[in-house]
Amino acid sequence: MTTDCVRMMSASGILGYGFPEASLNAAMALKPHMIGVDGGSSDPGPHYLGSGKTLNSRLAMKRDLSLLLRAAIAHDVPMMVGTCGGAGGEPHLQACAEIVREIAREHDLHFKMAVIHAEQDRSTIEAARAEGRIEPLGQAGALTAEQIASTERIVGMMGPEPYRAALAAGAQVILGGRGTDPAPWVALAMHHGMPAAPAWYAGKILECACNAAIPKKHDCLMVTVGEDYVEAEPLNPELRCTPMSLAVQALHETSSPVLRDEPGGVVDARECVIRAVSDRRVRVTGMKWTPRPYTIKLEGARAVGFSAIAFAATRDPGLIGQIDSFLDFVRTSTATKVAALGLPADQWQLVLRTYGATGVMGQWEPNPLFAPQELGIIAEVVATTQELANAALSLARVTLLHSDFPGRMCREGNMAFPFSPSDIERGAIYEFCLQHVLHVDEPTSLFPIDYESL
Amino acid sequence: MVKLKDIAKACKSKNAGPFAITLDIMFDDEAVFKKVQASGVINAAHIARLYKVREQDVLFTPYPPALAWKATLPRPVASGAIGDVDVYGAQQHAPLLDIDIPL
Repeated sequence: MTTDCVRMMSASGILGYGFPEASLNAAMALKPHMIGVDGGSSDPGPHYLGSGKTLNSRLAMKRDLSLLLRAAIAHDVPMMVGTCGGAGGEPHLQACAEIVREIAREHDLHFKMAVIHAEQDRSTIEAARAEGRIEPLGQAGALTAEQIASTERIVGMMGPEPYRAALAAGAQVILGGRGTDPAPWVALAMHHGMPAAPAWYAGKILECACNAAIPKKHDCLMVTVGEDYVEAEPLNPELRCTPMSLAVQALHETSSPVLRDEPGGVVDARECVIRAVSDRRVRVTGMKWTPRPYTIKLEGARAVGFSAIAFAATRDPGLIGQIDSFLDFVRTSTATKVAALGLPADQWQLVLRTYGATGVMGQWEPNPLFAPQELGIIAEVVATTQELANAALSLARVTLLHSDFPGRMCREGNMAFPFSPSDIERGAIYEFCLQHVLHVDEPTSLFPIDYESL
Repeated sequence: MVKLKDIAKACKSKNAGPFAITLDIMFDDEAVFKKVQASGVINAAHIARLYKVREQDVLFTPYPPALAWKATLPRPVASGAIGDVDVYGAQQHAPLLDIDIPL
């Protein structure tokens, strides 16, 4: 199947962020070949991948999905969602699939749906490791069997191939687990015969929708892909794409604006020419695609314990002037009291953040000695159980409140607490733990597809 | 001598994946961008110094189509891990603001 050009719509930055219904209607009037939206990101941190919870609310995802589904079915075009539910693991994917089934029932919509899984069994990853097919990225070391065993959830980032397989099988609605953000759009463009280079370039523009336009807001973007060009234009008449806004999107959340590693190759934008077609439409040419051995990037989250936090603040200039030595004393004194409870030192840790000084930049702060009028402190304890975290935090809080320091003027208490109770349980917490790629022979092998007729 | 914050359109930071922070310095005036470029002050060594990382760990890319420079650095703590201060990495730009530019 070939065609001169392919028109693709991206509804919003992430499913559930919302978009104006008028923009969707404007898109449908232009007869797009597909409509889609990216569903996720690792940006909000490891909690979502670790816990299995969705990033955006069910209500917000359902609102967006309902509009997109009804438009796609009415116009008989595919509707695709990448990295469903925020993290793209199995619970996130199933949460979105369940919403789609509910919308189909409520609106009497009928279609073939593909659900592409991206969550990986630890045994699959361990087998790949044992076969030497896993390679570290950046500053990561070689992956160990222990690291894999201690990971709560692992996802592979799929390329466009599983989406292409689902399109070839006649699916009209395609929900994907974790993938590289451009994947759904790349797949659609290549399904219609477009070459890899403009397809990938278009996908990168589309993944954040109107982040490629100005003024920046959550709104729908239309991109047209031809044999050797990509054109972008927002659907809301209040927005426009300019050569600068497109170039700025190329800088967004990526380590390089000109060379982008993707599964199976590199998108090379070093020779791109970006020019205005009108005051709100931009054409880009000159992109290249360099094939490389096919690798799947892995993401994992590991449980690191349970957290409890307390917020406290001081207005005492004498204390603010010696905060570092005071907090050192608090650490030592708290450790003594926690040890007296019989709790081993390797089962808990205290993290103190000082807002007004180094809370935002931590060790990167260039000006740590600045003396503010007030200083806010967040005391956090991470421990092996919630009960232990609560107990150690309670001791840390009392130590902050009632410890002596040289020149102390107010012996009633060192800290203002705005809340009672002051201590807040955060529950289980996680950290990202994989920075590795897996070499595969077959791009679809890690991503099984379930089909269902609704 | 002027501060970067007085002549740049944007100085910003953001995650580039969970293990890296990417910094963008952007201008909206091509003539000013070229003057700053000619000054040679914006470079990988300078960014490495400001952020206390090794120069070889800074991926530094001039990007003239956006009148911009990009520098990507490894994070001291992964996004959201114990002790992290900025899950999105969106508030790590301040050291860029005070870069002195000899114009």
